[in-house]
Amino acid sequence: MTVDTMAAIRQTFFQECEEQLSEMETGLLAMDEGNADSETVNAVFRAVHSIKGGAGAFKLTALVQFAHTFETALDHVRSGKLAPTADVMKPMLRAADVLADLVEASRDGRDIDESSYAAVAAEVKALTAANEEEDVEEVIDFQPSVIAFEMPAIATEPEAPPLHEYLIRFVPRPELYANGNEAALIIRELSRLGSIEVSCDATAVPDLEAIEAEGAYLTWDIKLSSQEPIEAVREVFEFVDGEAEINIETDGQPGVSDADIAALLAKALGGSSASEAEAPAAEIPDAGFKAAVPQSELQANTPAEPVAAPEPAPQAAQATETPKAAAVPAQTTIRVEFDRVDRLINLVGELVINQAMLSQRVVEANLAGSSSIVIGLEELEQLTREIQESVMAIRAQPVKPLFQRMSRIVREVADATGKEVRLKTEGEATEVDKTVVERLAEPLTHMIRNAVDHGIESPEARIAAGKPPEGTIRLSAAHRSGRIVIEISDDGAGIDRPKVRASAIKKGLISPDVQLSDNDIDNLLFLPGFSTAATISSISGRGVGMDVVKRSIVALGGRIAISSRPGQGSTFSMSLPLTLAVLDGMAVSVAGQTLVVPLTAIVETLKPKKAELHGLGKDGRVMSIRNTFVPLIDVGTQLGFRDTPADPENSVAILVETDGGTRNALLVDSIQDQRQVVIKSLETNYGTVAGIAAATILGDGRVALILDVDALLTSSFDNLRSDDLRYGTGG
Amino acid sequence: MTQTILTVDDSRTMRDMLRMALAEAGYNVLQAEDGVHGLEVLQTATPDVIVTDINMPKMDGFGLIEAVRKDSRYRRVPILVLTTESDAAKKLRAKEAGATGWIVKPFEPTKLIAAIRRVAA
Repeated sequence: MTVDTMAAIRQTFFQECEEQLSEMETGLLAMDEGNADSETVNAVFRAVHSIKGGAGAFKLTALVQFAHTFETALDHVRSGKLAPTADVMKPMLRAADVLADLVEASRDGRDIDESSYAAVAAEVKALTAANEEEDVEEVIDFQPSVIAFEMPAIATEPEAPPLHEYLIRFVPRPELYANGNEAALIIRELSRLGSIEVSCDATAVPDLEAIEAEGAYLTWDIKLSSQEPIEAVREVFEFVDGEAEINIETDGQPGVSDADIAALLAKALGGSSASEAEAPAAEIPDAGFKAAVPQSELQANTPAEPVAAPEPAPQAAQATETPKAAAVPAQTTIRVEFDRVDRLINLVGELVINQAMLSQRVVEANLAGSSSIVIGLEELEQLTREIQESVMAIRAQPVKPLFQRMSRIVREVADATGKEVRLKTEGEATEVDKTVVERLAEPLTHMIRNAVDHGIESPEARIAAGKPPEGTIRLSAAHRSGRIVIEISDDGAGIDRPKVRASAIKKGLISPDVQLSDNDIDNLLFLPGFSTAATISSISGRGVGMDVVKRSIVALGGRIAISSRPGQGSTFSMSLPLTLAVLDGMAVSVAGQTLVVPLTAIVETLKPKKAELHGLGKDGRVMSIRNTFVPLIDVGTQLGFRDTPADPENSVAILVETDGGTRNALLVDSIQDQRQVVIKSLETNYGTVAGIAAATILGDGRVALILDVDALLTSSFDNLRSDDLRYGTGG
Repeated sequence: MTQTILTVDDSRTMRDMLRMALAEAGYNVLQAEDGVHGLEVLQTATPDVIVTDINMPKMDGFGLIEAVRKDSRYRRVPILVLTTESDAAKKLRAKEAGATGWIVKPFEPTKLIAAIRRVAA
């Protein structure tokens, strides 16, 4: 096999390892939850077993050895010798982490110091040591054999070793044929070892009417002259050991081999004597058949003797019929380079813009709605959307691998802090764009660390609070109105608001006399500079605060919100777009500009009436909508398009909702339409603008800005605050 | 005459290795991912030798061998099982199910081919 093909298989192996590790983790977690049904345990066993098998082929000794230890323990669970109790599952889960590390190290060609995981290995070994000694032997016995793909054929020693003379008596029993072996093939194989003379004793063949179609009636005597040692001769009989009487004499010495003993034993047990054991169906009872022939000749001879062969060798018949290029079962997946998918996505983006331009031209041409061009264009629009969705689906990935990584984080942090924590995950099959999944890893890790480190209390504190000693963290994902919502909730102590407030005052982030709602205090956690060395331990540390978490979520077009109840725990809820490439938006006009409001944020649109409008503070305004007051934000002045506020009665109010459930009304001049726009990053091409998420290209070729509703609201409140206006942000 | 080998293994790595070793030796290779899939392939093709793994989802190697032996077309087709380590108990169990022989994983291509040659007409 060439180096290239080996490299390709190696790559496959590591990809497969990823899948198997994921399967293993899922199964182990299910076992840990108490669902140790045989299907689950088998799946975990198989995963580890497969990793070991592949690793052996690539001489990854450390990986093979550890996988073997792990597999042995799993086998004990599988066979019921070991109950998957919490005490057993803990080391198992740790072993899973080590296995994952070893796979990663092997893939990157790194060596892992054995001492770093010796403790875990010993722990896992200890699980099985109690009820088994044979495994110890097996571990020693098992040596990953070297795989030599370019190895030449075996018998090529330059110096000719002495010639041995073997006298072999070979008496097949019916089982030999029943299991698909064939005396002729074994003799053929012997002929490869040297020159042979074969004689067949067919005296035991009964009369035709007495022949049993599947009986075995022949005795073969074979004289073999070979340079090969007796082991090579025995190896030929390896598969039929126990299915035939085999006696090998070497150089005139009667050989007492294992095979003989086995044959004798089998004979004694089966009660079969030479008189009844005999002639195989597919064999040729040709007593005169003597051969000192090369195998090819023998092969040719064998089927050419139809005498008393009640059942001709079926394999031979089939071989000739076998279609040469039978179809290979189809693969269900293909691997495509990520670049190609990206290029496709970009092209589809261009297509969407182009289609929008075409629509615009058609509108300008003033064609009747029933004209074939208009109808054709509608179909094109539909198709474009479908293509786009299909392309997006290629990039969509389930969040499962991401969630699985988190369970490891939970284990590690829980171990380091002496806490007992269980991670429960939901909605792992929820799919989201690959980039979103990738970029979520860092903030999610940080939040999970936080939840264990700061959220969950120590077992003692939990017991004192009347809770079970083991804390629970829930990690869930779900699709909700075109976005993915990820929630992390713990059943810990909740946010200590007085402490957070005091800490924020101490750090000069808020003034001591400011009045804040609970929600406001919770949100202080997201302020830059809040999480400093004083509040973060070495675990949550790494110098990343919640402000960084928030920034990375916002950078993904997402939002994050906290809710917390003292003594009962906290929930962090993130809502993210499913894709970073397109967006459904409402195109609106503001001071002669076209802006796009993301559709996901919009609740409804209204025409404000005079009676509904109220002033608040110096130039703040609120609007009364079904008996609740909602802040009215003039987009035109907010973004600096004009200085004088718009007349609300000649404008349209768009009611938007943020992640925290806060509602606000955005005041725009008019609504143009609802459309799908291709997101073009403003940061890459221009720079960050407060209140603007990105830009897009319109049908007429002009650039329109996409509003960042949350940021717009935040900046508007900053203005209000600077006017010394205070009210809670709850709507 | 090109002989056709059906390999049944749930591991993609192992399937790839089997395919390459067998193709290199000039065999025509069919592949299946588990016992059930293996039986499906046997509906449409008639391999000269079946090489199967033991530990597989849906239907394991033992189940496959038993099912194949029950099929009158395949009563005598040689079946080799892939086993890791030289596990005597597993070999015995495979023999009882009707296996012809076995190949120890990780295998050397030469050994694999030799084992196939020993059972394939």
